[in-house]
Amino acid sequence: MADGTPLLELDGVSVRFGPVQALDRVDFAVSAGEVIGLVGDNGAGKSTLVKAIAGIHPPDAGTIRFEGEEVRIKGPQDATELGIATVYQDLALCDNLDVVSNLFLGREQVSSGSGRLSRQLDEVKMEHETADLLSNLAVTIPSLRSEVGTLSGGQRQQVAVARSLLGEPKVVLLDEPTAALGVPQTKQVLELIRRLRERNLGVVVISHNLVDVFAVADRVFVLRLGRAAGEFKAEETTEEHVIGAITGVGEGGEKNHDAEQAGEGEKA
Amino acid sequence: MSPAEAATAEETPERRPSAGETMRRIVQGDLSSVRVVLGLVVIAIIFQVQEPRFLSAENLTNLMLQITTIGLISVGIVYVLLLGEIDLSVGAVSGLSAAVMSVLSVKHGWNAYMAIAAGVATGAAIGCLQGSLFSRFVVPSFVVTLAGLLAWEGALLQVLGKTGSLNITDPKITGLANIFYSDTVGWIFAAVIVAVYGALTAIGYRRRVAAGLEDTSPLPLIARFVFVSAIVIVAVAILNSDRGVPLAVMILLAFVVGMEYVARRTTFGRHVFAVGGNAEAARRAGIHVNRVRVAVFTISGTMAAIGGVMAASRLFAVNQNSGGNELLLLAIAGPVIAGTSLFGGRGSVWTALLGALVIGSISNGMDLLSLSSAVKLMVTGGVLLLAVLVDAVARQQRQTSGRV
Repeated sequence: MADGTPLLELDGVSVRFGPVQALDRVDFAVSAGEVIGLVGDNGAGKSTLVKAIAGIHPPDAGTIRFEGEEVRIKGPQDATELGIATVYQDLALCDNLDVVSNLFLGREQVSSGSGRLSRQLDEVKMEHETADLLSNLAVTIPSLRSEVGTLSGGQRQQVAVARSLLGEPKVVLLDEPTAALGVPQTKQVLELIRRLRERNLGVVVISHNLVDVFAVADRVFVLRLGRAAGEFKAEETTEEHVIGAITGVGEGGEKNHDAEQAGEGEKA
Repeated sequence: MSPAEAATAEETPERRPSAGETMRRIVQGDLSSVRVVLGLVVIAIIFQVQEPRFLSAENLTNLMLQITTIGLISVGIVYVLLLGEIDLSVGAVSGLSAAVMSVLSVKHGWNAYMAIAAGVATGAAIGCLQGSLFSRFVVPSFVVTLAGLLAWEGALLQVLGKTGSLNITDPKITGLANIFYSDTVGWIFAAVIVAVYGALTAIGYRRRVAAGLEDTSPLPLIARFVFVSAIVIVAVAILNSDRGVPLAVMILLAFVVGMEYVARRTTFGRHVFAVGGNAEAARRAGIHVNRVRVAVFTISGTMAAIGGVMAASRLFAVNQNSGGNELLLLAIAGPVIAGTSLFGGRGSVWTALLGALVIGSISNGMDLLSLSSAVKLMVTGGVLLLAVLVDAVARQQRQTSGRV
């Protein structure tokens, strides 16, 4: 990588579910201020890779290094403590609560003074911090006190991403952030992803939509049948190449097979 | 325009809700309670036209005493409903807890406060047990508490023994539902309530303004303050013109306000709403979902026991029917009628009081008109059905209009 040690580095990571080899010796790396598009067909192992990093399904073999040091991620808690935040496709928002409550869910701010005893919520502080965070990210929500269930899909996605940032993570994993979104909403979410990169976070975006991936990603990492099937710099490749790697047919597929055997992701 | 300028220009309109937006928020937040208050007015007019004693000070005082037990039990039910669960054992638990208290007081000569504490502890322990079974074994709360309903009713008969009823003589226990305060004390209550409410409203508004979160006029808050103060003053005036403010009403009010505070303003309350809204999301946010569930069922058992103690105090006795009949269903129906959702995650503890008022006035009015229980049950059932339909329709509307 150009800017020194990657933030997060996977080395020969394998995950097996019974007889199914879901991930087979995958090498993968994200650096600070970099957006990686993680693509592949259904069952290629994209979600498994994210779950291995997020501590949902710890890898059976291989090593994970975070900021150059080898780490063991045995559960979601470990990942969170390291500074890895994950936004799953179902977003995990409470529709009956407002934006502020959702953002601070599970890490509510408690009033100082007499309210401490009853663990009274410091709504003013939470709303203030929410407003600051969202305006920093240029996220547009009509009212911070509107129920999340009344927001559009794009706004909900943005709330979920904003929430993941409250823990001050260094790496953010986004699972299909633009799935089921309309064109303007997709644009908003992609804009938000660019802002995460500006904040010098390492961002991994899983997506089926190559147009969206090419719109934000610096690098595109292709998985096929649990194996790394190629890695491309977004500005130096075309969708055809990537599709070739995803499906394993045509020129792209062969070239990437070579790249994989060379044990080096840099195709350029 | 630099990016920073663009960001500020964009951000200003969303961070500051317009006056119309604030109005909408306030109206929507209170919409269901406004609906219930209107319903109460209609009920009052209907009964007053047919029976002029309905709105007399004496009858209104009786009404308040009649709803104390249901209201207290409903406070616990609101918490269970917020989780999206149900507790069918509250009637039986209220009877059993009252019986435990009475037996300890009458047969064993316990000090009144110790006996009351033991009764309430019985309810809390039962709630905790049921909550643990429900969350540990993932059995539907419906089934666990249905089993409880049967078992605790049996336990009630067992505790009461052969006589089947027990008269309570300790004035400290009977006083709970039969003490009335003098006019002066009543007015002091009113003054304190109005002053504290006003002060809290003003402090809260100032903090929000200071934090730059609000720039709309405080008019809606003032209107609300005037409305609440008027209700408090009128209520005390009416109660004073009969026997005075009953201790029972103050107990009910204290629990409603206290538990509303817990639900709305504390971390625990927020977690209850979160688990009721989306348990999986709550779990992933690091909330101990099962602990919340056990705590909520413990609250439900505790409030049922407190309601049972008040009922025993009012009747001067506990018998085999204590906590039986339609008490359970009315205690669940009340909050639902007043707008707490059966589907979890939406509601307020105030609906315990408002719902008890609706159910209490219908029942009280029909008693005054000497209608048969047949008619009474059918009317109450109809009102409950109507309320649930309104809840379901409101939910559908939220779902269809919600996503933009």
